[in-house]
Amino acid sequence: MKYAYYPGCSLESGSAAYDMSVRAVIEQLGFGLDELDDWNCCGATEYFSQNELVATSVIARNLALVDDQHDQLVAPCAACFLNLKKTDKLMAEQPKIRAKVDQALAAGGLRYQPGRVHVRHLLDVLYTDIGEEAIRAKVVQPLTGLRVAPYYGCQIVRPLNGFDNPEYPMKLDEMFTWLGAEVVDYPVKAHCCGGHMTQISEEHAFELIRRLLQSAADYRADLILCMCPMCQLNMDMYQGRVNNFFNTKFKLPIVYFTQMLGVALGIDMKKLGFGKELVAAEPVIRAKLEGQMAAATK
Amino acid sequence: MVAESHAAHLSQFMKDVIADTPGGQKVVHCLQCGSCGGSCPNGSEMDFTPRAVFAMIAADRRDAVLQANTMWQCVSCYLCTARCPQEIPITEIMYALKRMAIREGKAGGSDAPALAKTFTDFVDRYGRSFEFGIATRYLLFNKPLSMLKMGGAGMSMFAKGRLALTPTKIRQVKQLQAIIDKARELSNED
Repeated sequence: MKYAYYPGCSLESGSAAYDMSVRAVIEQLGFGLDELDDWNCCGATEYFSQNELVATSVIARNLALVDDQHDQLVAPCAACFLNLKKTDKLMAEQPKIRAKVDQALAAGGLRYQPGRVHVRHLLDVLYTDIGEEAIRAKVVQPLTGLRVAPYYGCQIVRPLNGFDNPEYPMKLDEMFTWLGAEVVDYPVKAHCCGGHMTQISEEHAFELIRRLLQSAADYRADLILCMCPMCQLNMDMYQGRVNNFFNTKFKLPIVYFTQMLGVALGIDMKKLGFGKELVAAEPVIRAKLEGQMAAATK
Repeated sequence: MVAESHAAHLSQFMKDVIADTPGGQKVVHCLQCGSCGGSCPNGSEMDFTPRAVFAMIAADRRDAVLQANTMWQCVSCYLCTARCPQEIPITEIMYALKRMAIREGKAGGSDAPALAKTFTDFVDRYGRSFEFGIATRYLLFNKPLSMLKMGGAGMSMFAKGRLALTPTKIRQVKQLQAIIDKARELSNED
């Protein structure tokens, strides 16, 4: 069983910190992820809003590109994960769609047998396949005293993931207890960040973002852990504008869970992409972990 | 599945929605419980909640539904789908309604179709999404004022190395385009 890696477009630029930390953590854990050669965009929600057959065909190209050496395709981004999984399922269960996707792929000289590739979210692979024992064994910098708010958002847990509860997921919570963090149990961890709504109707999007930040702040979180580029972008890049709009003073760092996992594994913060977030995370993390961290980074 | 005798009584709009939504036949089992609208993060912004939309689909109120903002307020969070006691694929029906509204020229009230088109135009051309190009082109043509408001955050993103100014192109972009062209051709067949 070998794992192919589908980074997705956001991880190339806006969410480079996610990509950097995924690669660093995977290497530190002695695990292998091979980037899928010449992958294309999953289309997020935007092809599905226009043409279902084009949407599924564009996504199916990626499934078809997975070679015989690999039977797992790992996506860190929520939208990519759902789209790849949804397309595999549509092809398996809807013969009419499959027949047409087959023809579209054939026009590019490709074919895909549904079910051949297991689409997995990165959290599932870290939690299930690498697992508690292997991760605990590699922790050199416990996150003791750091209050983290795990944020799952929507499309990793709904509707198809099969590895966690769609409304009250716990896998990321559990993983951070392995790392010694204080995990904040707050009520909006699987609520929506608004997705692309910031581009359509700003005020409505700001309210959705405000609810998340408010809840995490009410529960005295030091930072929010996220698993999706869109969630990170909405809560981080728009945090200043949300503050202006509602006259609030949120100053909550929004980091990828792999960045904090990397800190716990003793990886240098620069290699994990810290410093790219607009609400600075490093001072908060250093203040909480102070004495313990000096040894690990100097 | 819908029984034959039952199917005869479905509105034309209902039949079309079912035909355009994988698993969509479950919509006939809607109980009108309202779990969907009550769960929706944008429910309060919708002209009609999904529950009301399903009743209107049954009543063949095609234009009223396709001109509504309901599906464009849907951000595909799937909370309604997860909670629907009748297992109706509500989010997928919202996608089907978006497609029908665009096809029938009734989606004029929202900027979402323009965003979708801008996004996929870049993917059609390069094989990858191009955040900077999408944001500038979409905002320039649809929301020039927002562009000014976003200027500060955009500059910060650029300073942090999070804004690529040129798109990435995949090697086999011709292969992708052949696949897309064929899919478009096949989707026009029925």
